[in-house]
Amino acid sequence: MSSAMTPLQRVLTALGHQEADRVPFFLFLSLHGARELGMPLRQYFSRGENVAEAQLRMQNRYGHDCLDGFFYAPAEIEAWGGEVVWFEDGPPNSATPFLSDVRAIAGLKPPRVEETPVLVEALKAISLMKEQSSLIPILGVAISPFSLPVMQMGFEAYLQLILEQPEAFWQLMRVNEEWCVSWANAQLSAGATAIAYFDPVSSPTVIPPDLYRKTGFLVACRTLPRILGPTVTHLASGRALPILDDLAATGTAGVGVSALEDLAELKRVASGKLALLGNLNGIQMRHWTAADAEREVKQAIAKAGKGGGFILADNHGEIPWQVSEGTLSAIADTVRRWGHYPLDWIDESLT
Amino acid sequence: MNNAAWQDFEVALLAMDRIRARALLRTERLEEAVVSSLESLVIPSLEQIGIRWEAGEISLAQVYMAGRIAEELVDEFLPPMSPQRTDQPKIAIAVLEDCHALGKRIVISALRASGYELTDFGHGLTAVDLARRVKREGVQILLISVLMLHSALRVAELRKLLGDSGDCAGWLPPRLIVGGAPFLFDSRLWRDVGADAMGRNAAEAVSLVKEAVEEQK
Repeated sequence: MSSAMTPLQRVLTALGHQEADRVPFFLFLSLHGARELGMPLRQYFSRGENVAEAQLRMQNRYGHDCLDGFFYAPAEIEAWGGEVVWFEDGPPNSATPFLSDVRAIAGLKPPRVEETPVLVEALKAISLMKEQSSLIPILGVAISPFSLPVMQMGFEAYLQLILEQPEAFWQLMRVNEEWCVSWANAQLSAGATAIAYFDPVSSPTVIPPDLYRKTGFLVACRTLPRILGPTVTHLASGRALPILDDLAATGTAGVGVSALEDLAELKRVASGKLALLGNLNGIQMRHWTAADAEREVKQAIAKAGKGGGFILADNHGEIPWQVSEGTLSAIADTVRRWGHYPLDWIDESLT
Repeated sequence: MNNAAWQDFEVALLAMDRIRARALLRTERLEEAVVSSLESLVIPSLEQIGIRWEAGEISLAQVYMAGRIAEELVDEFLPPMSPQRTDQPKIAIAVLEDCHALGKRIVISALRASGYELTDFGHGLTAVDLARRVKREGVQILLISVLMLHSALRVAELRKLLGDSGDCAGWLPPRLIVGGAPFLFDSRLWRDVGADAMGRNAAEAVSLVKEAVEEQK
């Protein structure tokens, strides 16, 4: 295929396991938007207009194939009444978990999107981006019902809940599923093209695959069909290989994969079933030279680009604040230079 | 003690079988002194669990539960105030800036299950607050756990505040051992921030503490 596609056509072609004009690439620059506008992170995320303007500007500069509608993970916790801790050079954290007593799960009700100011701003950002560009996919983000409790109650307490209190666990899942579906669908209504279903706890890095099949998998099977648009599951740097077939069975279109796993092996197992999103090492990007960026991008394309079903991205779903504009440009330049199908250079480099 | 015993202990921990794990530890104690049974049974099994987690063979949840069970069992035989625990350099652990404390919890369990006693300084600490507390309490070995890259980079600030060479009053900076996801994804990061060592998993943290304790004796 030689004629240039729009980013939307390119991404849809890749998700359909076909070769587009070139390998699509996503730069998840949620934090970098604040730098783009010269604002502290907290001020930047206080208005949807800021986020829309910065994301559009950066897409125009780097030419990546999506607009990032993600604010920050604990924004969802604000909806539940939780608090957020801000940093000047990194993503905010959720503060002390608001669910300190498991007995409180019984009375828990899902919050309402429209009553949470930060989420209203996030919807505004998506709407504004949609108004400005209908040819670039906009990615919304929803934390999975299964992973949200890490912020609701703390990781340690949540692991104990999963392992030792199944009744309370499933009650929490029911409430969280309602929340996740309402938040994801609100983003789709506002103009998001697809939803990244962030589910790091389902990764074999965090829980064993057999436990996943009895918990996070079932939650995803119940939740994803109720999200009224395409989804891509993201494990936020966690491993995916042992559960790729299970992930495909949840109905998700793709999976964000880790730098800890071999992309060629992932592609072999996922081929035709799940598109892969990844797996550039965002932590190492901090000190990449342009030559490093070219080598890493070429290697990822060589391992997973052929046949489509691959979108180049970082492996966490958020490029760290510390990564320079020069590195981002080098990644973009390399995709434009080496990412055009049919990727004949891969065969030539092997001979 | 043969290899099979620690492997059985590892299997019992990963299966969350407290009864079997306790029986193995009790059998072992009849044969050897407490500390040597830690060396032959608990530490090798936790080391293997750490290696298997790093290789992607087992999950963080299993590492966490195995550590908690081992910690509980060893506490029965080696109580917190036992001289064998307390006659050591002052060890402390903290999460720098982040609010996520599971990694710290896992390291605490592994160290306590290995016979060490340590002070938990908590999470969400700034470099300034942590340095002040380290100096005030005379910490000799400091473990730092982080989840986020920006928190890992704060270790450089902490290193600067603690200094490299101590002061004229005889205070010496602690040995600084770091761990957590950013260090796993970038093997040079721990050196960049001025740490003395990096543990790739909780069992490696135990080995590094052991080395540091022996150096300071």
